[in-house]
Amino acid sequence: MTTTRPTRRMLLKGAAAATAAASLPAPAIADAPPIKIGLLTVKTGPLAQGGIQMEQGTDLFFKHVGNKLAGRPAELVIADTGGNPAGTKTKAQELIERDRVDMIFGPLAAFELLAISDYVARQKCPILSLAAAEDMTQRKPNPYFIRSSATSAQAMRPLADYARKELKYSTVITVANDFAFGYEEIGGFQRVFEDEGGRVKAKLWPPLVTPDYTPFLAQMSGVDAIVSGLGGSNPVKFMLQYKDQNIGLPLLGGGVAMDDGLLKSFGDEAIGVISSAAYTVDLDTPSNRRYVEDSIRDYGGVPGSYAAGLYCNGMVAEAALQKTGGKTDDKEALIEAMRAVSLADSPRGPFHFDHFGNVVGDIFIRRCEKKDGKLVNTTIKTYHDVSQFWTYDEKWFLAQPVYSRDYPPLKS
Amino acid sequence: MNLWVVLGGNSIAFGGLLFLLSAGFALIFGLMRIPNLTHGSLFMMGAYFGVSLIGWGLGFWPAALLAALGVGAFGGLVERLLLRRLPGAELAQVLVTLGLSFMIADACLLGWGGDPLAIAAPSELHGSIRIAGFAFPLYRIVVIVVAVLIAAALWILIDRTRLGAMIRAGVDDPDIARVVGIRVSLLFTIVFSLGAGLAGFAGVIGGPILSVYPGLDQDMLPLALVVVILGGSGSLVGSFVGSFVVGFLYNFGQALFPELAYVVLFLPMLVVLVVRPQGLFGRAAP
Repeated sequence: MTTTRPTRRMLLKGAAAATAAASLPAPAIADAPPIKIGLLTVKTGPLAQGGIQMEQGTDLFFKHVGNKLAGRPAELVIADTGGNPAGTKTKAQELIERDRVDMIFGPLAAFELLAISDYVARQKCPILSLAAAEDMTQRKPNPYFIRSSATSAQAMRPLADYARKELKYSTVITVANDFAFGYEEIGGFQRVFEDEGGRVKAKLWPPLVTPDYTPFLAQMSGVDAIVSGLGGSNPVKFMLQYKDQNIGLPLLGGGVAMDDGLLKSFGDEAIGVISSAAYTVDLDTPSNRRYVEDSIRDYGGVPGSYAAGLYCNGMVAEAALQKTGGKTDDKEALIEAMRAVSLADSPRGPFHFDHFGNVVGDIFIRRCEKKDGKLVNTTIKTYHDVSQFWTYDEKWFLAQPVYSRDYPPLKS
Repeated sequence: MNLWVVLGGNSIAFGGLLFLLSAGFALIFGLMRIPNLTHGSLFMMGAYFGVSLIGWGLGFWPAALLAALGVGAFGGLVERLLLRRLPGAELAQVLVTLGLSFMIADACLLGWGGDPLAIAAPSELHGSIRIAGFAFPLYRIVVIVVAVLIAAALWILIDRTRLGAMIRAGVDDPDIARVVGIRVSLLFTIVFSLGAGLAGFAGVIGGPILSVYPGLDQDMLPLALVVVILGGSGSLVGSFVGSFVVGFLYNFGQALFPELAYVVLFLPMLVVLVVRPQGLFGRAAP
């Protein structure tokens, strides 16, 4: 098992070593076996949009570091989960037991992550995922899990604060898809909005598959604004129909509802929508400028949050490996080094991790505008060092139940 | 009060869109007895064709017609090369069309990428008009009108023309039809192309309401199934009425019992199947 390898891989490895040896003055490093990173992504089916972005973010990171992590050659093994839990389990097993990867990037969706969380923890394989399920870093933490993107509600709480304090809204109706991610996004918004004196008048839960949003749109009136936590391809459909039905109320959106990568799919109806996200294309830092320019050059479009999330995962891996001296054998030391990573400059700004492995970083409030004939999200306020617990006491926070369809309940 | 009127209006508009979607399915399933599970994919394909054609500078309506022709031609090929070989083998037909739908989905993903794409309604149809004090999106009114026109055209074609008579004869008794000199095999290709073309056309017309994205095919197929089974297979009147029934069930179900939206949608179908297996307007099985 350990000695037999597919021929193609041997060739690739040989080629990689040869180019490394040719370009490096110190040949000793090239002799070390490559660090292997497994990427669990989705290349087919409805989740493919995010999955393709994830691959692009990882790919660009590997290009930027010249396929080397902490001086060691690095190899990327990409696996397509098909966007379902069973496929994710199979591919995770292949990556860990056959390919013997040192860490896993991905998967995309919470239901994929939940299918492999226990398994990767038993295998002591560090996993850097985008999946936003709150409890992965709260009530049911996985010691080998790291999230450099955000929990479902992490960006929604600053949005609620902004809506209440700056926009002075006092009543809203929320709309989000009828599954855990939607509940958690809206739950976080509602908690902060109501703690600051606002009122959520109604929470609408269209199913994930909703061809026509008009039954829900027909119920949107008599409030200051509408808050959307829709995801996937739903925001595009929703916005078209929102305009059609002349709702006319200001619209606020979560990160995925107004993802930068989605803007090219919107029409002028998106102008003026205010959204909050953990990554924004217009962040003016050296690393983000380079990242965005190279993404446009290589993939023909601005990167969305999925691509940026995977790029940042790469930076976390690189920084941690620098500290362990490129060693990956001691998994406890590796995960400890990862969670201790604190970056001053990344495409999403400065960030570090809390003791659950969840990111503490900037959240950007943006307004959608049209510039040079193109829709862009322009940052209008930045909340610094936002933790998954917002301003709440961690102990108190964890004693509350996780957000659900009916929690927090509507105030009557 | 306002809510009810808005929901009612939208139910009719959504029903119109559903009829455009399911008319082709009704033709293929009703007349040829082929449970065509690629129907959602043909709808999505038409929508993607429409996106590209409009992107190349074509107007909305010419793009819709060209997309319909393109998808119709594709449907003709599918019938000639695949389904032709499986007459009456329903299980094989189900498997072939299901497999094909997965292939089309992946091909579309390859060709158009995973990002959702919007189709803009023609600019003269933006905005809304006021009917009895209620604002109603203009484009949705046009969808209703188009649905009614297509329904009328199909009814005339099937019930009033020589071609329609030949099709009906070919369906009722293919052997005798052949004996009297009707080219049944060609007719079936025509019907399948027509059904596929209608799906493609509906994809473009639905674009400004639904947008286009991977997974659109699997979202639409169940709706076409419900409409045709509820209305009765083989009956265009059935799918016409069925579309609007489903439009109302869908809109009011989602608004009043959002947790039970799919129960509200599919329960009537189950009841109809149990009580009246041929559907509301279907002919009883011979």
